[in-house]
Amino acid sequence: MENVWFVLIAVLWIGYFLLEGFDFGVGILLPFLGRGEGERRTIVKTIGPVWDGNEVWLLVAGGATFAAFPEWYATLFSGFYLPLFLILLALIARGVALEYRNKSDSPRGWDRAFFWGSLGPAFLWGVAFANIVRGVPLDADHEYTGTLFTLLNPFALLGGLATLLLFTLHGAVFLALRTTGDLRQGAARMAKSLAPVTILVVMGFLLASGGGGRPAWWAAVALAALGLIGAVAATLRGRDGWAFVASALAVVAVVAALFTGLWPNVLPALDPANSLTVTNAASTPYTLTVMTWVAAIFTPLVLAYQAWTYWVFRRRLTGAT
Amino acid sequence: MDVLDLSRWQFGITTVYHFLFVPLTIGLSIIVAGLQTAWHRTKKPEYLRLTRFWGRLFLINFAMGVVTGIVQEFQFGMNWSDYSRFVGDVFGAPLAMEGLMAFFLESTFLGLWIFGWDKLSPRLHLATIWLAAIGTNISAYFILAANSWMQHPVGYRVHNGRAELTDIWAVLTNSTTLVTFPHVIFGAFLTAAAFVLGVSAWFLLKKRDISLFRTSARLALAVALASAIGVSFSGHWQAQIMTEQQPMKMAAAEALWEDETSAGFSLFAVGDVENGRNHINLQIPHGLSLLSTNTLDGKVEGINDIQARYQALYGPGDYRPVVGLAYWSFRLMIGFGALSALLALAGLWLTRRGRLPASRWAYRLAIAGIALPFLANSLGWIFTEMGRQPWTVFGLMRTAAAVSPGVDIPSVAITLVGFTLVYAVLAVIEVRLLIKYIRLGPVEENEPDAAVPALSY
Ligand code: HDD
Ligand code: HEM
Ligand code: HEM
Repeated sequence: MENVWFVLIAVLWIGYFLLEGFDFGVGILLPFLGRGEGERRTIVKTIGPVWDGNEVWLLVAGGATFAAFPEWYATLFSGFYLPLFLILLALIARGVALEYRNKSDSPRGWDRAFFWGSLGPAFLWGVAFANIVRGVPLDADHEYTGTLFTLLNPFALLGGLATLLLFTLHGAVFLALRTTGDLRQGAARMAKSLAPVTILVVMGFLLASGGGGRPAWWAAVALAALGLIGAVAATLRGRDGWAFVASALAVVAVVAALFTGLWPNVLPALDPANSLTVTNAASTPYTLTVMTWVAAIFTPLVLAYQAWTYWVFRRRLTGAT
Repeated sequence: MDVLDLSRWQFGITTVYHFLFVPLTIGLSIIVAGLQTAWHRTKKPEYLRLTRFWGRLFLINFAMGVVTGIVQEFQFGMNWSDYSRFVGDVFGAPLAMEGLMAFFLESTFLGLWIFGWDKLSPRLHLATIWLAAIGTNISAYFILAANSWMQHPVGYRVHNGRAELTDIWAVLTNSTTLVTFPHVIFGAFLTAAAFVLGVSAWFLLKKRDISLFRTSARLALAVALASAIGVSFSGHWQAQIMTEQQPMKMAAAEALWEDETSAGFSLFAVGDVENGRNHINLQIPHGLSLLSTNTLDGKVEGINDIQARYQALYGPGDYRPVVGLAYWSFRLMIGFGALSALLALAGLWLTRRGRLPASRWAYRLAIAGIALPFLANSLGWIFTEMGRQPWTVFGLMRTAAAVSPGVDIPSVAITLVGFTLVYAVLAVIEVRLLIKYIRLGPVEENEPDAAVPALSY
């Protein structure tokens, strides 16, 4: 049962990074691709109807961790206190910017908030996950004993760079798929020029994370490589749909690799005796059973109506309207 | 100030702030959905204009509810990690259900509503706003179930040093939840109605779109009166359940120091906490006994007696909340609510049978009245939460034991100041935007899609 919930939580994070990943990318690319207010408005519109629904994946991942692994939730969020604070501030700035930019008289100011509010979390989530897989100092009560600077080690910064590049690429591929004309070409050009360095950094990060060398982990790493290469190849041929599928696969595989490498820990400690694992961090079997029923009924429903939303807004948006 | 105090201030500030937007969202979502339904049924263009106008204000408010809510979701882990460890097995479940059942629903369908005017059939489009509105109400139910468990824990056992869930159904149908939910929802409707009334009064004062806003104002007055009545009845039930479950909170709310039969309802008191008595106490005879037991001479327990009883039960300690705060927040909640109800009653009378009041003061009062339910809501929460002290989970866990042990003073100080400053800036921006869009008014719409960009991006 704990393992089922470990997988479910991995799925929620995968969903979050897959969907919000391109939202972040779109925010980061906005100042580079959007010339003039018309184009910028189109760019923002590509994610307008869906970004809030995408963000809920994070809220549910948080809530589900609280319910299924309270110790993990408690240690992680109190331990990563200040980075999380920065992420929250960024998400606030970004959410308000998205909703208010067009209602206010100075969209440029909001665009800056949108840019930083996207860039910050895209980088910081990588830092957080790098620390999760590498392990942090915990005491016997599972309390975090490090400082802010413990979290900012070189490996973590590499992780931050990896997610930042990955999401930016994912966003560029998404924009190429959702727009026409100059915007589409600009986004495709961006994807092509970002691809080499992204592949290098992301693969470097994954390999450095070790992951115990399990076959499943190797499979995920291979899929990540395949996805990234596929995304460039398809972009080069102007096959935007396939490019998006491939970059989505890359995001899924990267997160899956991290979680595969993590199991059976949920938060390893530097002293392995203090590590949080799927067993010692979990809720009771009763709670997990209740939550499994809820998830089994509602997750397919959510997937269905979110998929329908993407179907409703499937038409490409045209440049400077 | 230690980590505990700072964390309490942070939780109080961010949560009260979140709850400024929440009631307006809950109430307005249903009002907007109702207006769109009216348009759908009658095809009268006025209803479309009203839907768009109130819908825009609703969205401006909704955005703030969302971004402040994200902070709430993570704060338990950040600042209250020992609390999270202790209650996660029970408390996490409703929180996760809220996300899965409610937040997905409201955010996804609201996105469809905003951008779907020309992409969905009118019926389907109408369904999206209803689904979003239902989502907000489901969300309220689950979070209140979580909160009610802290007020009155049920369906659990303490085992291995933590609270473990034994009966999810008991948690979801907690008697405390069942009375709290209607109280909060009626309060939300009162809030939205006062808002709609106040804004409509401004237009009537400026003599703009008179017939449109007379309709809005009458609708709001009716909703306000009905919800004021609902809030009183549900509040009365809550008081009874509270007397039974948390007698100390009721005693503090009434500054009642000793056990009494046929206790009076205090209107104004000046007390002496040190010595546990009042200097002045103006009362309605039998009022409190009636409110809390439904009989004129029911027995109500007093602070000093409960304190002695709790010391025997839970060990030495001070089990009294801040009496003055409980007393005044309870009174002012009811007082501001009553003023709002009076305003609604007067308004209905003044606008009867097609009339509109001539005096400018009537409109100014209605505008000022927007503030009343916001004050009542905030004070209601401050009363509920502060009245529960020193407990975080009543009878099980004290607030002092709930705080994160690993977080230091500078960190909490940074987040406390950071959130407060950001929230203050956002408040200014939000109010300015609301005023801007109110001034703009319901724009003329010749073709159905003319205002789409204004609603969306
Ligand atoms: C699900 C749980 C939950 C919910 C729905 C609420 N609260 Fe609460 N509240 C707590 C859980 C909690 C808490 C974590 O348990 C706190 C922190 C310290 C404490 O004793 O209780 C608390 C404290 C707390 C305080 C400060 C009390 C103190 O400093 O001791 C205030 C003013 C509020 N709350 C107000 C609210 C408001 C306005 C809410 C409406 C949105 C609200 N609470 C909902
Ligand atoms: C302290 C506990 C609370 C937590 C953890 C919490 C969490 C959240 C979160 C994460 C959101 C954003 C959802 C989105 O993106 O759509 C949100 C919004 C919302 N919350 Fe809360 N909340 C709390 C208290 C409450 C209470 C007590 C109520 C109702 C009585 C409530 C009602 C709502 C509603 C209706 C929304 C919709 C958005 C809006 O307000 O505009 N919340 N909450
Ligand atoms: C006759 C009028 C009222 C009575 C008798 C009343 C009674 C109560 C009681 C007893 C509580 C505490 C419940 C507990 O701690 O367990 C409460 C809480 C609350 N009240 Fe009221 N109330 C009244 C009017 C209002 C009005 C007008 C509003 C807002 C518009 C309001 C909003 C709230 C809120 C938001 C809470 C906190 C949430 C909760 O515990 O339900 N109340 N009320």
